[in-house]
Amino acid sequence: MKAKIVITPKKAVLDPQGKTVQTALEHMGYDGVKAVHVGKYLEIELEGDAESWRPKIDEACHKLLSNPVIEDYHFTIE
Amino acid sequence: MRFAVLQFPGSNCDQDCVHVLSNVLGQDADYLWHKEESIGDADAVVVPGGFSYGDYLRTGSIAQFSPVMNAVKAFANAGGLVIGICNGFQILCETGLLPGALVRNRSLQFRCETIYLKVPTTDSPFTSEVPEGKLLRVPIAHGEGCYFAADEALAKLRANDQIIFQYATETGELTDEANPNGSLLNIAGICNEGRNVCGMMPHPERASENVLGVDDGRLVFESMLRHLEAKTGVGQAVTAEA
Repeated sequence: MKAKIVITPKKAVLDPQGKTVQTALEHMGYDGVKAVHVGKYLEIELEGDAESWRPKIDEACHKLLSNPVIEDYHFTIE
Repeated sequence: MRFAVLQFPGSNCDQDCVHVLSNVLGQDADYLWHKEESIGDADAVVVPGGFSYGDYLRTGSIAQFSPVMNAVKAFANAGGLVIGICNGFQILCETGLLPGALVRNRSLQFRCETIYLKVPTTDSPFTSEVPEGKLLRVPIAHGEGCYFAADEALAKLRANDQIIFQYATETGELTDEANPNGSLLNIAGICNEGRNVCGMMPHPERASENVLGVDDGRLVFESMLRHLEAKTGVGQAVTAEA
């Protein structure tokens, strides 16, 4: 069982990496790229019951894995 | 006065801070390993620059959970003087002792240069000795120094005069060109609402001796010293004798 966590910069935060990747994609000829956001992906291997892990992973995301001032997160446990 | 200079795995400005505090300013300065659970009898704490825990996950994110940080939080919440420089600023934001966060420089480049700092208020234990209107020349060296805070937090910083250092031109103007990292409001350093905790990206400890070309950074440490002396009465005693 794994928790799969995706962390992305909040909309209000400058994302110069995303902007640079977007420009590169445009230079490669990919038309219609509206925006790119560069974030992080974490996989945490777990044992035990998925439902009991859910609030703990949420807490860990809030306290350590993401910074709520600048980042949003969402995760699945499967 | 006794300063505790924290050391995390990856700190690299700790020795510079101890050097300036002890050899230049004649104070007691001790290294304090991050696994310690007490800051002992220190009068002030310095969270130095570097790359604590290799900047893994986010700058300062792992260091906030080092045992010593619980002691630093308790010390700060009781009114103790704490300054975080560069990575130290990032750590203090992650611990929640200071509002906001520091993100990747807008240019995506690591910026290493000497800049000018405007000091918008001398009403803080970190800027009290800066002559009114004086710009400080101090080096920066960081890749993640772009200060961000949500609108509400930013408004609060302004309302309470908590912005204590801003990137400026050599004539003191706050322009985009003078802003090396994209920080909101050209913010280079702030203090907390209680004014006893400061975080700044520039390195005053690298600019505290004339032999290094500039000693404006001394004013930051001297401000802290005057504040501590006033608090303990040591300064008055010396002045009275003189």
